[in-house]
Amino acid sequence: MRRIKNHCKKSLLSLVTLIALGQNLHAAGADDPMRTMFLMDKFEILNNDENTRVWEGSFYIGYDIDKLYLYSEGEATSDGLETSQNELVYSRAIAAFWDIQAGIAYDKNDDASKTWAEIAIAGLAPYFFETRAALLFNSDGNVGLRLDAEYEALITQKLILTPSLEADFYTKDDPKMHLGSGLSAIEAGLRLRYEFVREFAPYIGVTWEKTFANTRDYNPVNETNLMVGVRFWF
Amino acid sequence: MQRRTFVKGLAATSLVAFSSTSLQAKSKRTSISNSNRLSGNEFFLTIDYTTVNITGNTAVATTVNGQIAGPTLVWQEGETVTLHVSNKLKKSSSIHWHGIILPSAMDGVPGISFNGIAPGETFTYTFKVQQHGTYWYHSHSGFQEQTGVYGAIVIKPKRKEPFSYHKEYVIQLSDWSDEKPTTIYKKLKQMSDYYNFSQRTVGTFIDEVKEKGFSKAFSDRSMWNSMRMNDRDISDVTGYTYTYLMNGQNPATQFKVLFKKGEKIRLRLINAAAMTFFDVRIPGLKMTVVAADGNHVKPVKVDELRIGVAETYDVIVQPKKNKAYAIFAQSIERSGYAMGSLTPSSTLLATPPKMDPVPRLTMVDMGMDMGAMNKKEGTGMKCSSGMKMPNKHNMKKYKFQAMEDQKYPITKLPMSRGVQTTMMAMSPKYRLDDPGVGLRHNGRKVLTYADLKNRYSTRRAKKPDREIVLHLTGNMERYMWSINGIKYADAKPLIFHYGERLRITFINDTMMNHPMHLHGMWSDLETGDDNHLVKKHTIIVQPGSKISYRVTVDAKGAWAYHCHLLYHMAGMFRKVVVA
Repeated sequence: MRRIKNHCKKSLLSLVTLIALGQNLHAAGADDPMRTMFLMDKFEILNNDENTRVWEGSFYIGYDIDKLYLYSEGEATSDGLETSQNELVYSRAIAAFWDIQAGIAYDKNDDASKTWAEIAIAGLAPYFFETRAALLFNSDGNVGLRLDAEYEALITQKLILTPSLEADFYTKDDPKMHLGSGLSAIEAGLRLRYEFVREFAPYIGVTWEKTFANTRDYNPVNETNLMVGVRFWF
Repeated sequence: MQRRTFVKGLAATSLVAFSSTSLQAKSKRTSISNSNRLSGNEFFLTIDYTTVNITGNTAVATTVNGQIAGPTLVWQEGETVTLHVSNKLKKSSSIHWHGIILPSAMDGVPGISFNGIAPGETFTYTFKVQQHGTYWYHSHSGFQEQTGVYGAIVIKPKRKEPFSYHKEYVIQLSDWSDEKPTTIYKKLKQMSDYYNFSQRTVGTFIDEVKEKGFSKAFSDRSMWNSMRMNDRDISDVTGYTYTYLMNGQNPATQFKVLFKKGEKIRLRLINAAAMTFFDVRIPGLKMTVVAADGNHVKPVKVDELRIGVAETYDVIVQPKKNKAYAIFAQSIERSGYAMGSLTPSSTLLATPPKMDPVPRLTMVDMGMDMGAMNKKEGTGMKCSSGMKMPNKHNMKKYKFQAMEDQKYPITKLPMSRGVQTTMMAMSPKYRLDDPGVGLRHNGRKVLTYADLKNRYSTRRAKKPDREIVLHLTGNMERYMWSINGIKYADAKPLIFHYGERLRITFINDTMMNHPMHLHGMWSDLETGDDNHLVKKHTIIVQPGSKISYRVTVDAKGAWAYHCHLLYHMAGMFRKVVVA
């Protein structure tokens, strides 16, 4: 825990340095120019009654070791309801395949919202599982754990099947935000995309989402939906 | 053949416009062998932007005297040459004379040997030519080499050479992309397998199950996947974006080497590519290798040879039939090829042979000891796993390994294991007689380093005074490259002592071939016979292997020492100071 704390301190310091020095860091080496990447991993419409629109994307700016990440995921329905989870974190590579991240998260549930402090690890686990685990802390004393894993199976060089799994846990109930303690929600997905080019791939797929325990009382969900969407990056 | 390769091959290579007139007033211009040659003692070279059409689309290249490849420079051993290089680009530029022994200030590496040539400036290089053979020149600034700043150097020998031929041609291989090099580099950083369209698929696994049975196929896959390694990771940049060229000609227009039946033709093969290793053969003909990196070797007859980026080979061929032979240079990962015709008539073109199958890396390429594996000694290779730092035990074991074949005192160098490295070859072996991934057991006689013997005795060369061990390291996932886990920007210069004989051992901890180039001094490669060490300037270090060579430190000053793959170079680089 102390190591994580130290890392956070270091991270914040580096973040300040990163912003302050900006382009000057470029001079550090031709091998590591400053770069950005915008990835809209999921941008889709479900075929349910609300025609739920779902997005999940990320943006980073930075270098090999230090990056500033913005994550956003959420959904909007045709009757105007919108929920989202947004994160702004400083990310630092600490091992060959792993980054440690620290920053703030901002959840929105229609009119209600909640801000968290966040630390996370993200990277490529053995067997090529793209994973991220985030720990969240808010001023109510609630602690959240959000886990993400994704795998890419190549059917051909351009046709790619992606199973994914997401699970959220909390230590306290938060009725306004529709978060219950314990295992709160699980979402599993299976998407089949075709990469016309690496940067652009339409897909079809299916998701299953279920809420549990108190979360289910606030927001009962147990549905399976087909979807179409498009994945793109630049 | 991939459709894309074919489509790209259709369009003719042409230089659309010259944006400036080249200054060649004092250079004699002769057109021997269908390529632009400049000879004499004084040369005027201009680096400028030129609009080219190599793929069917126009793109802006950076060129020497308005052409791709640049003019072939013909020098005479023993004479002094003067080269005036004008930079008309908007950015700093330079020319490095690859493999040429010269004073440090003439070596042309910005930041090490000089300040570079500023836009609008002319720099004059002058030095005495002390060698002969086949070499090349290229920009050492940014990615200009990728966009066309390269050309061949032919140095005529003072004394008669120990072989004969009727005609000679330069065969310069390269890779061209319409994409900007900065774009290619950015894409590799964003997604390191962006250009790899020969990945494993679900079908590959099913085929392997049929071939080896489920449990063997599964355990093999499990080993690679648990280490997050890809056995199809052969080249970072492929025919998806590259068009492969022979003397600036694409496979459709074809460079032509003309012969009369029975003539002996000397081909001076140069790999001037930014990122591509080529496997060269002329189906139906044996090639007699007579020189490597400019220096004579004992003649070896082969069917095929692998030429690493920046290497040169001189081969002699003797066509016996009145037909067109293909000079076929397929890229190591088989995504495309450069091709020309060895033909009795310029209207008669050869048809390309079929490309070989996509190669797969094996456990040997990962530096694994198959014997130890069978003994259940573990995987023989340590990967950075999870959040754990590489542990002390393994480090110790690793150092011990290097000590085992120590014959000379080893100077320890700083080493780091962290974000920069994803693997470590635990049992790296000398693999001099290994033709390399994709060329093993292909039924052809393929040249290996073990076949190379210096034409002349090196018996009297001094024995090494000391040894250094350098690990080639990288993180393919993040696209980071380094030496000893430390990238150039974070590294201290290597200190070589003037007058010493140094042994350098490379251990390749990555899954890629790295062509390592030491400027200013010869690399005397150990190929099994210490009395005939091969004089080279660029040494391929095969994945998971080790290789040793000796350097007579006889050139004072600062020198560059690096991997010649253009997109590896910025990190996998050291400054060498000879003092």
